[in-house]
Amino acid sequence: MMDYLLTEEQVMIRDLCRQIAKEKIAPLAAEYDKSEKFPHGIMKIIADADLFAIFVPLEYGGTGGRVLDMAIATEELSRACGGIAVCYAASALGTYPIVLFGNEEQKKKYLPDLAKGKTIAAFGLTEPEAGSDASAIKTTAVKKGDHYVLNGTKHFITNGGEAGVYTVVAMTDRTRGARGASAFIVEKGTPGFSFGKKEEKMGIRASTTCELIFTDCKIPKENLIAKEGMGFIVTMKTFDMSRPGVAAQALGIAQGALDIAVKYAKERHQFGKSIASFQGIQWMLADMATKVEASRALIYAVARMVDSGNTSVAKESAIAKLFASDAAMEVSTNAVQILGGYGYMRDYPAEKFMRDAKITQIYEGTNQIQRNIIALQLIKEMAK
Amino acid sequence: MNIIVCIKQVPETTEVRINPETNTLMREGVKSIINPFDMYAIEEGVLIREKVGGKVTVVTMGPPQAEAALREAISLGADEAILLSDRAFAGSDTWATSYTLAAAIRKIKDYQLIICGKQASDGDTAQVGPGIATHLDIPQVIYVKKVEEIKDTTIRVWRMTEDGYEVIEAPFPVLFTVVKEINTPRLPSLKGIMRSKQAKITVWTHKDIEADFAQLGLNGSPTQVAKVFTPAPRGKGQMLSGTTDDIVAGLVNILKEQQ
Repeated sequence: MMDYLLTEEQVMIRDLCRQIAKEKIAPLAAEYDKSEKFPHGIMKIIADADLFAIFVPLEYGGTGGRVLDMAIATEELSRACGGIAVCYAASALGTYPIVLFGNEEQKKKYLPDLAKGKTIAAFGLTEPEAGSDASAIKTTAVKKGDHYVLNGTKHFITNGGEAGVYTVVAMTDRTRGARGASAFIVEKGTPGFSFGKKEEKMGIRASTTCELIFTDCKIPKENLIAKEGMGFIVTMKTFDMSRPGVAAQALGIAQGALDIAVKYAKERHQFGKSIASFQGIQWMLADMATKVEASRALIYAVARMVDSGNTSVAKESAIAKLFASDAAMEVSTNAVQILGGYGYMRDYPAEKFMRDAKITQIYEGTNQIQRNIIALQLIKEMAK
Repeated sequence: MNIIVCIKQVPETTEVRINPETNTLMREGVKSIINPFDMYAIEEGVLIREKVGGKVTVVTMGPPQAEAALREAISLGADEAILLSDRAFAGSDTWATSYTLAAAIRKIKDYQLIICGKQASDGDTAQVGPGIATHLDIPQVIYVKKVEEIKDTTIRVWRMTEDGYEVIEAPFPVLFTVVKEINTPRLPSLKGIMRSKQAKITVWTHKDIEADFAQLGLNGSPTQVAKVFTPAPRGKGQMLSGTTDDIVAGLVNILKEQQ
């Protein structure tokens, strides 16, 4: 086993999350995948175990908010179910804008309950016409006296409908393009805020993906995060924090798929021998393990870099997310291959890992966008 | 309410190996855990405290490494922990163990409720809980499967019996032993684990609990283990077949031969 020199606290997080994943999530993963129901019961277990406190600073009831802690937790939960893990991780995504840019009142008002898991959060950026090109968002926020009035539709929002607190990006000044976007906190139940279509997905089916609809939705002006025009800075800095988390989700899925493949290869006998004794299978497993470990090393290194206070981590975060998600897709596909016909069947867990892995190459910036980020930064660094 | 939960650290495996030469448990290489039945006792203590307030103190008697069991109990929600550890306690049977625990509880003084698991998974005697109540001369209800109502001076519980349950109302202080039907033990929480690592574990010796030395450890144990052995496996049975008359005739013949 590779030694990542984790702190005592990080070992506690790992062991606790591993126990929850094994005892509470794994036995129900297939059921949630089938029913596409939000895992309320498991979220309660995760909340009672203080895991929602991991991404909140100490002074607001959290355990410190270190990115590596969060990566370890997400990895371990994803090892049992990538869908359930993302319900958890998406709450961090929705919370980070408040942690990073919220003022004292906003932090005091929202963070303690989010740390306890009394309510969960969601992040609302993507729109039907604004995916990779986030600057194309059409949702508007117009200031009227003490309020902002929001109009527009967000879609593909993880935890949409289930979360109590939403951080939403809307245009306050369309003439300024990307610099005209602002971030807001919107509470569930605010008049004019409703939920639209709930998506049916290929993978991560335990998580809810839903439309947010704003129709003359009036929110107090105190709910503006940072300043007007800061929306995209808030978004980019949030993604710097959360990308190692998506990478960790991919890592957990890959590790979970590898676990299944190794176990199966040892148990399955063909031609009078366990298939694990065949070099063809051994080499596949070895390549899978190498990719998994390389992902882990990369993710932990980037997470430590963020935790050290280094603010220029865009390229490194992107590299980790790109590598780990591509690795997850490859490893989980090969796990299905090793299980053969059984791998293709829903009675066996391998195919679910493959379906769950795919999204990690797409969301929080497609892997093509990650390559853009990496290349752009490379060229910038060259020019220095 | 001040609640005391008595726990025991046991080997994880249910197939405890015995050293044939010394007749003692072979603990090498076997992970130690909190006796599974005691997990329900801890959970019930924490649940009652969450409902009515107060404090949960866990107590165990054991070697210094039993501290790990106490820290785990704290991570599961207990407030304080006391380890009774002294060479003088070594070799205790259930009588001496319950005497020692009772002496410690007497020293804690302010308590209303004592909860124990119904039995330990290694010894399986189910005697220590009732023994403590006897030494303290307080009421006991064993095999509790449900706490129905907690009042100021009494508590009403369901006690499991072979063919149903009894509803019993007992005055404080009282000792319960609990069965696994009573609750589902929670997992530890992150903050609980952190607290447990930093918690101070009080260690008491026989002097601290003002116990009568003659009643402690091997000296205070009326039970003497002469031998521990695995019974020889029974031989294979003999099967008779044929018509009923054939079988009856065959059986009679065999019985006659063996007479």
